[in-house]
Amino acid sequence: MDPSLVLECEGLRKTFGDRVAVDDVGFSIAPGETYGLLGPNGAGKTTTISMICGLLTRDTGRVSLHGRNLDTGTVEVKADVGFVPQEIAIYPDLTARENLRFFGKLYDLSKPELDVRIDRILDMIGLADRENERTDDFSGGMKRRLNIGLGMLNDPKLLVLDEPTVGVDPQSRNAILDSVEALAGEGMAVLYTTHYMEEAERLCDRVGILDEGTLKAEGTRRELISLVGEHDRLRVEAHGNVGAAAAAAAAVAGVDEAIPHDGSIELLARDVRGSLAQIVRAIDETGTGITSIEVREPNLEAVFLHLTGRALRDEGPAEA
Amino acid sequence: MRDAWTIATKDLRRRLRDRTAILVALVLPFGLAYIFSLTLGDIETRSFEATFAVVSLDSGHLPDEFTSLLESLDFVSLRDAATETAAETLASDGDVDAAMIFPQGFTADVQTGRGSAIHVITAPNARIAGLVAESLATSFASNLDATGLSIATVADSGAPVADTLTARAQAVTPGAEIRAAGAEDKSGSQSTFFAIGMAVFFLFFAVEFGVRGVLEEREEGTLSRLLVAPILPSSVIGGKALASFAVGLTSTVLLVIATTWLLEARWGDPLGVALLVLFGVLAAVGVTALVATLAKSTAQASAYVSIVAVVGGLLGGTFFPISQAGFLSTIRFLSPQGWLMEGFQELSYGGSAHDIVRPLSGVLTIALVSGTLA
Repeated sequence: MDPSLVLECEGLRKTFGDRVAVDDVGFSIAPGETYGLLGPNGAGKTTTISMICGLLTRDTGRVSLHGRNLDTGTVEVKADVGFVPQEIAIYPDLTARENLRFFGKLYDLSKPELDVRIDRILDMIGLADRENERTDDFSGGMKRRLNIGLGMLNDPKLLVLDEPTVGVDPQSRNAILDSVEALAGEGMAVLYTTHYMEEAERLCDRVGILDEGTLKAEGTRRELISLVGEHDRLRVEAHGNVGAAAAAAAAVAGVDEAIPHDGSIELLARDVRGSLAQIVRAIDETGTGITSIEVREPNLEAVFLHLTGRALRDEGPAEA
Repeated sequence: MRDAWTIATKDLRRRLRDRTAILVALVLPFGLAYIFSLTLGDIETRSFEATFAVVSLDSGHLPDEFTSLLESLDFVSLRDAATETAAETLASDGDVDAAMIFPQGFTADVQTGRGSAIHVITAPNARIAGLVAESLATSFASNLDATGLSIATVADSGAPVADTLTARAQAVTPGAEIRAAGAEDKSGSQSTFFAIGMAVFFLFFAVEFGVRGVLEEREEGTLSRLLVAPILPSSVIGGKALASFAVGLTSTVLLVIATTWLLEARWGDPLGVALLVLFGVLAAVGVTALVATLAKSTAQASAYVSIVAVVGGLLGGTFFPISQAGFLSTIRFLSPQGWLMEGFQELSYGGSAHDIVRPLSGVLTIALVSGTLA
């Protein structure tokens, strides 16, 4: 146990019947650090943070907050955790201020202190002018912002956000990401789950790549990308038999991965510029028409592809 | 406890904004008690009244005796009619419910054993009053053979003949009226019965929102936020139970006050009523909580609670008295509503808290067992 770390967890395992949802997951987060759990839907992200927050009992493993054991039912330690669930968790028939006040009372805050915090949160999430309106009159984005504000109300040492931008418009999404960045800048440790690679790259100091319940890799963006090696990432927009085209491209020397999607193929290749002509020819020979080709620097999407053989936002490769 | 109270006050605030809760907890039970009292209660307790006309074409004393008999009956009013035609007109116009005509020589014919007849003319829309008139006349006539002697005997004793006949006529007075009058003393007014019945029936709906509150929190996503907060999980349950209890208690107390004030319901001994309300609300919270634990969604919980509330309410006699209904009168005690009705009715009859120890024990047992299991 390292008390200088905000969160330490190791060996987390959770099964539902015969299905292993999370297996041997462990990581740590330092103060002011934002740690991202990146993985597709069903990877085990929500199960992992549910165990960390005490919402689910774990089969095995250990969780500690500033060196103190964070078990289910440990009331005192929970006071240092803020939680933003994936679904909007607010009372629709209460106003924004009433929602904040109710949850604030559960954190044993005095009325003056609570009033100050509520005002600050309402300013931060841009709802100060709507504070006395019932939340069922709010837009989806406003509800999302309040959802996040409720998680920050207790000024937690660890803020856990479970895919907070799902279903959010771009403007609100940016506001949410700005808020998270600001909180981390103030020294709060943030655990952020997402299946959006862009969010993980923008927000997270370190990222754990989670797939099928196991942590495939973790590290900084640079460390993770180095796992891909000297690979380039190529995106080919195509029409026709994309599956056959991907198979043909994968057979080209230097191409390590070729994943077909709906109307496109993602490729990982060493020295893609040298093998580009062969790749184009191989695809062309399958009768698939190429509409555009884009060479990209490797990113976390490529890392995920490299580690799992699957695209981050899809459940699996498209049928060939 | 403070966390439970915080959750309970939040729930109560939400329920106050949810008008359906007020509807179910207050408006519906009071409204139904009022409507039932007006309709069913009126039918049950309204006194039978009839207006008759007696036409005597006889110069003897028997028509006068019969008239005296009718005058002695509370439910009979008499109209004057000098002739048979006038009496027929009154009846056909509905001005009287029935007209009874004594023919000329009636008294002499009866006294000499020749026999005679009383003609009864019934108004078109006064079937029951007509039957009563016929019964009275038949009773009078059927006694005249014996009364030939008895009248004389009674007359010799100095007692009025009408007293004897009145007593006999009372025997043919519609039984419902006698029974209704007797029942009034024991069961209290109909408005009392329906006030009690509706309060007990809707109590289970009033407390229902709280016990399904945990499911509601889960569906709204707020349960996870509550469980992550630094409070004990039991505080969440406690808060829901507390809110249920507060709503049940408030609605029942308000109903007791409102029905006493506006419907003139007689609830009886205040201490007994207070104890029964308290235990009854506990039992309602316990039973509905137990039922709600079997549900997987708020809709399912509401359906289950509704079934229990309606079946228990009918079984417990909240709509119809079943204390004399054989098998039902026994199995009604399987439901908390049955015990509550028993206790409240005992109090409304004039019983004290001491007299309702049995129903109090029954309700408390159900509260403890169901609450513990839930």
